[in-house]
Amino acid sequence: MSPADSTAGDLRSIVTNNQIVVCTGSGGVGKTTTAAVLALEAARLGMRACVVTIDPAKRLANAMGLEGLTNTASKVDGAWSGELWALMLDTKSTFDDLVAKHAESEEQARNILSNRFYRNISGALSGTQEYMAMEKLYELHEEGGYDVVVVDTPPTRNALDFLEAPRRLTRFLDHRLYRVLMAPTRGIVKAVNVAAQAFLRTVSKVVGGDVVRDAVTFFQAFDGMEQGFRDRAAEVLDLLSHESTAFVLVTAPRRDVVEEASFFAEKLGEANIPVRALVVNRMHPRFSDASPGAMAERAKTLHGTDLGAMYANLADFLTVASREETHLAGLAERVAPAPVVRVPFLDTDVHDFDGLAAVGRHLFPPLQAA
Amino acid sequence: MLIVAGKGGVGKTTVSAAVARAAAMAGLSTLIVEVEGKSGLAGLFHQPPFDYEEVVLAHGGGPNGSADVRARTLTPDDALMEYLETHGLSRISRRLASAGAMDVVATAAPGIKDILILGKVKQLERGKAADLIVLDAPAAGHAITFLRSARALLDAVHVGPINTQAKDVLEMLTDPERCQVVLVTLPEETPVNELVETAYSLEDEVGIMLGPVVMNGLYHSLEGLDRDPDEAAKEAGAFLHPGEANALRSAAQFRLKRSALQHEQLERLAERLPLPQICLPYVFSADLGPQHVDELAGAFNAGIDDLVEV
Repeated sequence: MSPADSTAGDLRSIVTNNQIVVCTGSGGVGKTTTAAVLALEAARLGMRACVVTIDPAKRLANAMGLEGLTNTASKVDGAWSGELWALMLDTKSTFDDLVAKHAESEEQARNILSNRFYRNISGALSGTQEYMAMEKLYELHEEGGYDVVVVDTPPTRNALDFLEAPRRLTRFLDHRLYRVLMAPTRGIVKAVNVAAQAFLRTVSKVVGGDVVRDAVTFFQAFDGMEQGFRDRAAEVLDLLSHESTAFVLVTAPRRDVVEEASFFAEKLGEANIPVRALVVNRMHPRFSDASPGAMAERAKTLHGTDLGAMYANLADFLTVASREETHLAGLAERVAPAPVVRVPFLDTDVHDFDGLAAVGRHLFPPLQAA
Repeated sequence: MLIVAGKGGVGKTTVSAAVARAAAMAGLSTLIVEVEGKSGLAGLFHQPPFDYEEVVLAHGGGPNGSADVRARTLTPDDALMEYLETHGLSRISRRLASAGAMDVVATAAPGIKDILILGKVKQLERGKAADLIVLDAPAAGHAITFLRSARALLDAVHVGPINTQAKDVLEMLTDPERCQVVLVTLPEETPVNELVETAYSLEDEVGIMLGPVVMNGLYHSLEGLDRDPDEAAKEAGAFLHPGEANALRSAAQFRLKRSALQHEQLERLAERLPLPQICLPYVFSADLGPQHVDELAGAFNAGIDDLVEV
């Protein structure tokens, strides 16, 4: 690939012109690394940047000083003119903080935090991790004083989980069952309550009485806090769809992964959120412009010689390179005019700042490259 | 039953297809159970997408007398309805559905969705739905949560049908005669590290038997790549186009370097995890189709044969 067809300059302006950058894509495509490189570049440009990661590979986490779950940003020292802060999301304590913030009294907070149903929600309700990632993002943006916050989204099965996440809990609170359970305190006619009791008995038959009691206690303890949660969720959603928030779609050139990325792009489009750049990690290099078929023919003619093996090998990689471009073509078109930034296979996994810098050279070629 | 598990992006679905086809080639009728939609499994066999209804992905018979490979998708909602109805609780099932209470119940007892799926798989296994059931497990860390759900639910739910279901599922998972896990990874640093972690947590926390590890995407070796292209051309009496020597050299160097890295990872895995390994080759083709699944199935069976000989 020639430097001329690289539009990586746009990626640099995405980092400098936005207050929030969300890296999104399926699992295992290098989102965490991409997020770290973007934040590092911002720091190199003199900005105060913070990267929020969800589940970094251990060695990268160590390199960034993220050994323990602290849930507060820690400063990463290094030779850059700005500041780089990093934090690894701790879903549960983010949720705990949120409960403490919205509780009307310390007692209410305590009752909720010690409830088993709450502990299940904070640990296992699908979408909670996404929700908390966005909540943390909002908090850092509002209170951290950063020029840019880069966030790596959790590997979700459903593209929009992280967008819908803030809405998810409030929808939970709007649930008919919740309203029915709260009925006694709100003076709704008694008949509803009788129906609720019958329903709970039915559920108890399947999952056991303890479980139902925990749930009821939770909903009762939560009473009065819903509005605070709803308002906050609405603010988080506003921030995500604000024009100073940029979404960067990260993918690998494999067919299944590209299909998933296309689905993400489509869903973002439906939510009126443009993809501002597409980063494709782990591209196989294209060693020549020859056609794979022609090289395979040469290999066949020269079968049995070392040169034949070399042609066979070249044909193999040309096939893979053109396969990857074929897979990407539709996606690139879908996200146009967003730039497509290709990062080749690297010799080793990225687990330190040298590795991040190596990726950075592909994402952000030198400004004055002649 | 074989449970195929691994992080996203390691080719779990391709390996599930290859394992199923390998078993079918050995004459075992095979059923692939999917728990996540959109995996591309049907596409690998050039078949239209499927869901809860069972379909045939690859017909058996033919000169080699192989058996059928079938597949279906299981979802927690379908599994719950079916479970309740077959247990004479269809009134409850309608109520649960009408109130949309599944979310609340699933939150009250996390893992309930997983146990419903595993319960259904157990029923298929008990009912001898096929000689071999291949379960394409959920990706990423979710595989551990998924398989741990039985034990976790036994702690949370002490009575009732869910408790019984969890007990039965755990019994199946921890019986090496009935169930094993095949872990899939790539010959790269992070996937290898994650595989080792997953392997130990599955053994410790679920008590499930681990079968061989599948190392997917290994470049097969080619002799002669360490040559200088110009010399090799002279020796073969061939003529190189301008620039071709460079392309041949860079491509050869790339493969040699990556192959060396791949073998380092293979050794590292062997050092850190005392499990037999089966290597599947990287497929250098324009797209994956049934013939590649067959090639991989052949490689899988060859790998099994090697293990048996050792």
